[in-house]
Amino acid sequence: MADVTNTAAPTMANAGKPIARYEARQKVTGGKIYGDDLAVPGKPAHGWLVTSAIAKGTITAIDDSAAKAVPGVLMIMTHENRPPLQPMKTFSTGGIGLTSQEPLGGPEIAHDGQIVALIVAETFEAAREAGRKLDISYNEGRPATTFGSPGVVRKTTKEVVGRGGGPTLGDVEAALAGSTHVVEAEYSTPVQHHNTIEMFTTTAFWEGDRLTLHEPSQFVWGAKVGLAKQLGIDPDNVHYVSPFVGGAFGAKAAIGHRTPLVALAAKQLGRPVKLVPTRDQCFTIAGYRQETKSKVRLGCDAEGRLTGYSHELDEFTSLLDPYHNGGLENSAAMYAFKAVGGDMFLSRGDRNVPVFMRSPPEVPVIYALESAMNELAEKAGMDPVAFRKLNDTRVNPVNGAPYTSRSLNECFDEAAASFGWSRRTPAPRSMRDGDWLIGWGCSMATYPTSMTPATARVTLNANGGAKVEVAAHDVGTGAYTIIGQTVGERLGIDPRRIIVQCGDSDLPPGPVSGGSVTTASVTSAVAKACDQLLAKMSASGPMSDEDRRAAFDRIGSNALIEYAEWTPAGMDPKQAKTLYEGGVPFAGGAGEDRTMFAFGAEMVEVRINERTREIRVPRMTGAFAAGHIMNPRTAHSQYLGGMIWGMGSALLEATEMDRLRGRYVNDNIAEYLVATNADIPQVDIIMVPEQDDEINVLGVKGIGELANVGTAAAITDAVYHATGVRIRDLPVRIEQLLV
Amino acid sequence: MRPFQYERAASPARAVSSADAGSKYHAGGTTLIDLMKLDVWRPERLIDISALKEPRMTRIERNGKALRIGSMVTMAALAGDEGVRRSCPVLTDSLWLAASAQLRNMARLGGNVLQMTRCSYYRDTSYDQCNKRAPGSGCAALDGSNRHHAILGTSDACIATYPGDWAQALIALDAVVEILGKDGPKSVPFATLHRQPGNRPDVETTLAAGDLITAFVIPDADWARSKYLKIRDRESYAFALTSAAVALRMDGDAVSDVRIGLGGVATVPWRATAAEAVLKNAALSEDTAQQAAEAAFAGANTLEHNAYKVELGKRTLVRALMDTAGMEA
Ligand SMILES: Cc1cc2nc3c(=O)[nH]c(=O)nc-3n(C[C@H](O)[C@H](O)[C@H](O)COP(=O)(O)OP(=O)(O)OC[C@H]3O[C@@H](n4cnc5c(N)ncnc54)[C@H](O)[C@@H]3O)c2cc1C
Ligand code: SF4
Repeated sequence: MADVTNTAAPTMANAGKPIARYEARQKVTGGKIYGDDLAVPGKPAHGWLVTSAIAKGTITAIDDSAAKAVPGVLMIMTHENRPPLQPMKTFSTGGIGLTSQEPLGGPEIAHDGQIVALIVAETFEAAREAGRKLDISYNEGRPATTFGSPGVVRKTTKEVVGRGGGPTLGDVEAALAGSTHVVEAEYSTPVQHHNTIEMFTTTAFWEGDRLTLHEPSQFVWGAKVGLAKQLGIDPDNVHYVSPFVGGAFGAKAAIGHRTPLVALAAKQLGRPVKLVPTRDQCFTIAGYRQETKSKVRLGCDAEGRLTGYSHELDEFTSLLDPYHNGGLENSAAMYAFKAVGGDMFLSRGDRNVPVFMRSPPEVPVIYALESAMNELAEKAGMDPVAFRKLNDTRVNPVNGAPYTSRSLNECFDEAAASFGWSRRTPAPRSMRDGDWLIGWGCSMATYPTSMTPATARVTLNANGGAKVEVAAHDVGTGAYTIIGQTVGERLGIDPRRIIVQCGDSDLPPGPVSGGSVTTASVTSAVAKACDQLLAKMSASGPMSDEDRRAAFDRIGSNALIEYAEWTPAGMDPKQAKTLYEGGVPFAGGAGEDRTMFAFGAEMVEVRINERTREIRVPRMTGAFAAGHIMNPRTAHSQYLGGMIWGMGSALLEATEMDRLRGRYVNDNIAEYLVATNADIPQVDIIMVPEQDDEINVLGVKGIGELANVGTAAAITDAVYHATGVRIRDLPVRIEQLLV
Repeated sequence: MRPFQYERAASPARAVSSADAGSKYHAGGTTLIDLMKLDVWRPERLIDISALKEPRMTRIERNGKALRIGSMVTMAALAGDEGVRRSCPVLTDSLWLAASAQLRNMARLGGNVLQMTRCSYYRDTSYDQCNKRAPGSGCAALDGSNRHHAILGTSDACIATYPGDWAQALIALDAVVEILGKDGPKSVPFATLHRQPGNRPDVETTLAAGDLITAFVIPDADWARSKYLKIRDRESYAFALTSAAVALRMDGDAVSDVRIGLGGVATVPWRATAAEAVLKNAALSEDTAQQAAEAAFAGANTLEHNAYKVELGKRTLVRALMDTAGMEA
């Protein structure tokens, strides 16, 4: 068995202390911290979802006689008897719904695994048995499944949603025509599902008019406001509780059908109802990463200087709602392009609605760009690292807006030194170890730094204890830890004496835990509240115990409370109000005046058996620069997990579809493959110091979605280097290499 | 899952006399309970045999050249047996490379050989078409997703892959299955235990109702030069795309005896007799190994997504042969 060695982060400049996680003890001892673990008043009834067996068609009859006869069954809710609900807007149209399709809204089936009934019983087992016995007849139609399926229509994104042409700079056709070397290639990425370990559970109970939900959520304030609208009740009567989330990756921000249905069932039965769906149901009752295609044309001159970059991006989406990611405005900012062009297209089918998945636009778009960069470097006869360094930029070439900071070249230098990149011989098939072909590949990693308004309340006691409250979310990233650290560092108190409260809609509103905004936004609000406290105590920085006691004595109080609202620089402070209304205005990335991104450089080694062609990845190195690092320990985890995810994305993860039936086939984690320990022997993480005084209060950039971007391009280039075979369709499968 | 009765067998004989068409034996339960939760299997009664202590069912014994392995031995226990690893490494490898540590601790070898296909249409009752699950309903895999499906031993009614690893070693080594049936004990060649689907894919084995597997016997268990090579999409915890169990006896460069089992490619544990015939008494080289591989896959039937298994299967066998030949005897 392979040794698993992962280097720990060294202490570094411009970083906080590598303290252990706030909830470390609960996590390793199995503490009851997840939504489904939390206590409810009274004995809960248990739900079971019945989901459609077809992707398109109508329900012609429901026979519930056998299901009703199962002892303990309390309720069978279908489209025939569902209590009324108000319409729900989707995330993209200013709401919080996964889809605008009504839950149990009628007999029409719009996708595989659509919820067609909710059964509630005294026990989980009885509900499940009844679910198996519910007899549903369908009239089945032929679904339009994916790219190339009959019935799929392709339109520009602009035609479908009214906006979304790609960025343009100069005359890209002329620039490409005048280039010495041009790469023209098509890349594709597959459907992927989040497969969080914690399922999409929901527990609901009513106390009078007040509804409480225990449900994993990346956005409790948004969920509270959105669900209240859908149920037609006052948002103040909805209490969302989600202290910790067992993996989210974008899947737990929007509200799907199950949530209002469980709330309605709990109301009707007058007791708590708990729903834990199955793994295969989680493939269809929530979102997923949609499949994409990219046609990239990229040119350079004889010296290797980039000329034109054209990118046509195709995304697949649902006929229900045109969820899409785009992302070309970000990729166009990456290098010193002279001309940029391209467009975005949507193809729609009988599928559930896609949703954000870790680095939604960057994963496919940067994969395509970075693959083309590797291919072009080869054509130009240049080392891919040198090629990127030559084409580095200090401004977004499209609008000239300067980067607040950018350390991509430093990342490449550090990664190359650690990996031993200079020992790479460029010719394909030139490195081997016995029967194993060796390939080395590299890529840039990048993610826009975005920020949103945030609020926070900080209570400081005379004795140095403190409490910080904000409805932010910890999806496994370490939010509690760094929020506590912010207070500790700002006020000069021991972080172990700080109580941190998050993930509860009764707390001051925080933004969605998406777009990697939490650290940059929430710590800014927390720091602001701390600064207000210091001002009250007439201090300008962290205080000693004596100074603080003296200040409290002076003021004549034993506790001080401060509430702060923060909005990112350049955003109208009035936008903070949107937070209270359940919205999130974003600022950052490729902005009008400033360009804000975190960067990294990744290098991988693959080994491919000459005969049987299985691919192994014995080592990966990533060097990342993302401003001030709040906690090198939690940051290390994010980078490590990100690179492992990126490797899986390149070689393992793909949802297989039955194209004829429009259904997901490998809907379990025995067949939907994610990396095991044996797949990731060694991952080395380097944190490159970077200081950015312009970006926000603490100079931090979001890192949660950085390290999984680009990894796939590094791997496919390494596969090419090892074998001479270029693979552009992900994931790389053994059959593509049997040539 | 549907309500069922549970009973714990007091002895092998009691288990057999209690069994009927509506009951199933529960060994480690890792295939059984899984399929019950999925509503694919709906037994009325479970007869738990996991606590049976009869030595013939729980021991690993050597008797001269013969090796006798009780059906209640866990995958982990046999995988960890040093004597077996020395005399027949193919038995050991094929277990280490299977499932996960947790499953190997739970699963018994009797249940292991009877594990069911991973065909998604079989395991999901919401699909109307599956001849194995609902005889006569059709086969969704034929025009559906079939990357993991079989290319050998298939029929128009079913192309489900037999997913197990250890069975390939058993069939290669001419194992015999000891069974306690309603009419008393009997022995059958392991090669006759599983049935190819033909037009009755719902009938998996030649076992009669109540037949209890008590042990596996390998009459000639002296194959120090043997190996199991498993090719899969990830490094651990994945079923074989293709695999080869190879055992060789060499006389210099010449093959004096050879046994080949192939996994991931067939509907049942698969003995590659045509490939063995090519190699027997021949000198083992790249060329002869390649000829053997051609012979092994001569009868392959492929569909839209599984055609690669022919080429991959051949390469797997060639590599396994060359690697095995290179082992110290
Ligand atoms: C996620 C996952 C991954 C896996 N990966 C692999 C893999 O890579 N390779 C591999 O080979 N296997 C793999 N398996 C299958 C695993 O090895 C089998 O599930 C296991 O060996 C079955 O043994 P058991 O004792 O649990 O059988 P049970 O589930 O108890 O029984 C299985 C069947 O055999 C019958 N049975 C059991 N014992 C007897 C007996 N003595 N006589 C007659 N009938 C009997 C039962 O009635 C039942 O029909 C995997 C399983 C899972 C769930
Ligand atoms: S291959 Fe066999 S098990 Fe799979 S659907 Fe067809 S009949 Fe059923």
